[in-house]
Amino acid sequence: MKKAVQHMVIFLTLLFLYVPIIILSFYSFTSSTMIGSVRGFSLQNYVTLFTEPELISMMVGTVVLALVVAVLSTLLGTMGAIGSFYAKRGTRGLIELANEVPVVNADVVTGFSVCVLLIVLFRIDKATYIPLVIAQCALCTPFAYLSVMPRLKQMDVSLYEAAMDLGATPSRAMFRAIIPQIMPGIASGFMTAVTLSLDDYFVATYTKPATFDTISTYVVNATRGAQTQIKTALWALSAIIFLIVVLAVVCMNVQRKTEEEAQ
Amino acid sequence: MKLTFLEKKHLVIPYAVFLLLFVILPLVVVLYYGFTDGNGNLSFENFIVFFSGTKTMGTLVYSLVIAVITTVVCLLIAYPVAYILAKGAYCRKHSFLMIFVLPMWINFTLRITALKEILSVLEGNLAYYPFVNTIICMVYDFLPFMIMPLYNSLSKLDSSLLEASADLGATSAKTLWHVILPLSVPGIVSGVTMVFLPAMTNYVVLDMVYNSTYIMGSLIGSYFSAYDWNNGSVISAILLMLIGFFTMFTGRVAGEKEVARS
Repeated sequence: MKKAVQHMVIFLTLLFLYVPIIILSFYSFTSSTMIGSVRGFSLQNYVTLFTEPELISMMVGTVVLALVVAVLSTLLGTMGAIGSFYAKRGTRGLIELANEVPVVNADVVTGFSVCVLLIVLFRIDKATYIPLVIAQCALCTPFAYLSVMPRLKQMDVSLYEAAMDLGATPSRAMFRAIIPQIMPGIASGFMTAVTLSLDDYFVATYTKPATFDTISTYVVNATRGAQTQIKTALWALSAIIFLIVVLAVVCMNVQRKTEEEAQ
Repeated sequence: MKLTFLEKKHLVIPYAVFLLLFVILPLVVVLYYGFTDGNGNLSFENFIVFFSGTKTMGTLVYSLVIAVITTVVCLLIAYPVAYILAKGAYCRKHSFLMIFVLPMWINFTLRITALKEILSVLEGNLAYYPFVNTIICMVYDFLPFMIMPLYNSLSKLDSSLLEASADLGATSAKTLWHVILPLSVPGIVSGVTMVFLPAMTNYVVLDMVYNSTYIMGSLIGSYFSAYDWNNGSVISAILLMLIGFFTMFTGRVAGEKEVARS
């Protein structure tokens, strides 16, 4: 392929991926209610975003839910991975098979099936948040498991044995010899769980309390005829999330570069 | 010593119980609802009704059409991009991959909202082209999920194979067809898996661009709103079987590749 064609392909794809979000971010700083009609600079959208109680509770709710789910999923997935790493081959096979199910399954089916089991059959009240947290954990934990497992396979098993021989208790040996070695896997499992929970619409819709909204469910309801004020405040939210993600990626890149240079 | 091994092994118990209770059991319940009538007797009635109804079959066909077109368009865009990033002019710039994957971390409903605003300015009214808009939004949503696995598989490809192919007189089209494509099949398979099923079920995208035609996911959504657990389970069971067939098929393809490599 000619160099020029290659640059063109990259440029056009980036244009497609980024133009909508950048234009929307730009318009979030104006008083326009529609893309295309330019009016004056205004921070009104940002004021609305952080003063409207409905919007604040939706944002706080989403973040708290994501953190709770990520902590639980990481704990469960890490323990599961360590356990199945040391378990018999057959046990590990079964766990990995069951672990694949939520990964390949459609989110709609995951959400609906947990809803049928917990809310319809077991009659657990949606308002307790229990079905929501369990369902999102069912969605996220397999990914935490999958990020920890490769680290376990790479780690130096003899360190644990050495710690034990030197008189450490099993739990001390675990926290000093195994956990530090698999920490990068645990961290990336946690991050994956956070982003999955933040992005989830379907599982949340089927299991959430009626009065609770995540960003996804709120935005979808808002598109079914919301006030313009709310609509444009959501543009501001998009701009903020875009900025956070860009900063996170830049930080990750800088960190990786310095690590590479250190080596 | 024996005791400590027991303890480490036993860490798996909470997750095993969790998987059994909240992953396997829900699916068993859904399959039970799907394969029984109201009195708990085994029955295929629900499936016969689904597969003989023109409306329901229309929904299945429409979801398959959406999913196939979305997957093909994603593949056609993602493959050259992944190749250029892995082996082309950008192969030494790893940060460029991040730029293509970054949108994955922005909430998809917000991204679709942004695209929707642009499309409605371009088209005047979104309602004119519901089908095209659905495809555009689906591709926009899933493109990063296709680029990732393709990049991973193409960057592992040994460049000396390409040089060897050129040295032996193959044109670049021949190299692409006989060397690059076959070796990137695992990436294509995992990319297709990541796009095809979500495209069949992500009815939120259709809702957001005012496409009122149903796909399989919308059926579950509407049965859920009507508290019709039985029919919702039937659709879930059909989707589950489809996913089962799909993974069996793709699993076999990936398996064959591994056998061919060794």
